[in-house]
Amino acid sequence: MRVTIQINGQPFSDEVEDRTLLVHFVRENAGLTGTNIGCDTTSCGACTVLLDGESVKSCTVLAAQADGHEVTTIEGMAGADGELHPLQRAFREQHGLQCGFCTPGMIMASASLLAHNPKPTRTEVREGLEGNLCRCTGYHNIVNAVMEASGQEVDR
Amino acid sequence: MIPAQFSYRRASTVDEALGLLAEHGEDAKLLAGGQSLLPLMKLRLAAPEVLVDLAAIDELRYVRLDGDEIAIGALSRHQDLNGDLVLAEHAPLLAHVAGFVGDLQIRHRGTIGGSLAHADSAADLPAAILASDGVLVVRGPSGERRIPAVEFFLGPFTTPLEPDELLTEIRVPRQTGLGWGFEKFTRRAIDWAIVGVAVVGRSVGLINMGGTPVRARATEEALASGASPAEAGALAAEDTSPVDEPHATAEYRRHLARVLTTRALTTAAA
Repeated sequence: MRVTIQINGQPFSDEVEDRTLLVHFVRENAGLTGTNIGCDTTSCGACTVLLDGESVKSCTVLAAQADGHEVTTIEGMAGADGELHPLQRAFREQHGLQCGFCTPGMIMASASLLAHNPKPTRTEVREGLEGNLCRCTGYHNIVNAVMEASGQEVDR
Repeated sequence: MIPAQFSYRRASTVDEALGLLAEHGEDAKLLAGGQSLLPLMKLRLAAPEVLVDLAAIDELRYVRLDGDEIAIGALSRHQDLNGDLVLAEHAPLLAHVAGFVGDLQIRHRGTIGGSLAHADSAADLPAAILASDGVLVVRGPSGERRIPAVEFFLGPFTTPLEPDELLTEIRVPRQTGLGWGFEKFTRRAIDWAIVGVAVVGRSVGLINMGGTPVRARATEEALASGASPAEAGALAAEDTSPVDEPHATAEYRRHLARVLTTRALTTAAA
């Protein structure tokens, strides 16, 4: 079937098998490999992207389901001039990553969380990121990064 | 992992969905949010030949007050229900439970109709709808029928839905002013409940205490005779058949059911 998805403001259109997963369309058809495949079982959140502005696990969405919709990936977060998104800046400033594998998913999940709740408490950040696993940081600095990106005091 | 091959079809109205089901029969499977079905298909535990996507059926996305009942469109997502003001006022248990399904990403996709039709006894909403004396509205080629929740969960992943039928609406009596409580015990935040309990008024629904969600009848009868939360909660595991697994034995689950039910009843009574 032909699938057309607006990714980071650009239309990507391709002929794919009906069973193609959104994460494969993003990585292989659109060539945007910033979105990682981690567990591939809806658990780890590494493949999180925004679908019509809301976080979803793209390993558990069909490309066909996203046909005609808008997707934002980590590549769409920085400005056109390369200026980092406040979340990207905060993750760097607060050392919210070590190996970096979970980071694109963490940032997209955080973006969705902040869009819904611009000034979350630390508890709300932890609950909002329940669907994203990080095996390096212990989450503490990730929570700090989201607090900083939301313009709040980073209370260590 | 990718699913086995299938043919994707999109329905934009209930009639279109019923037409596709009539055409493809048992070869077809309905896709709502896909948060249970797609993982099963990726593991090849399900391999439908035709997948009928319901997501474009906007007419099934609503929460309405309808006399003494709340009517919930089957395609309402967990995140919609969690933030719904009508539900928060008139069926707060359901709004609360919807916020505990999976994680935020899953709640952005998963629907109440999909969760009920999937009929996993470890899921949160089936037990909550059972405790709420819900009624499931189903449409098929010969019209509409209504199935009380107590008759809907027949066995593990088994419901009375026929291959040519579609769950369209869930109705629950208004719970305005009734005490309610919800407890869910998990190993990790996003896991299914090892055991859970949903309480509204004197109705108690148990999660994962058998092959289907069940009502804790002995607890309910004790409550009707004036028992305290602790006395009634102690009876929560009566007539249940929880699964015995290495990470949670049946006896451990019975213990959890008693403790969690006492907690939820205490919350509901406060």
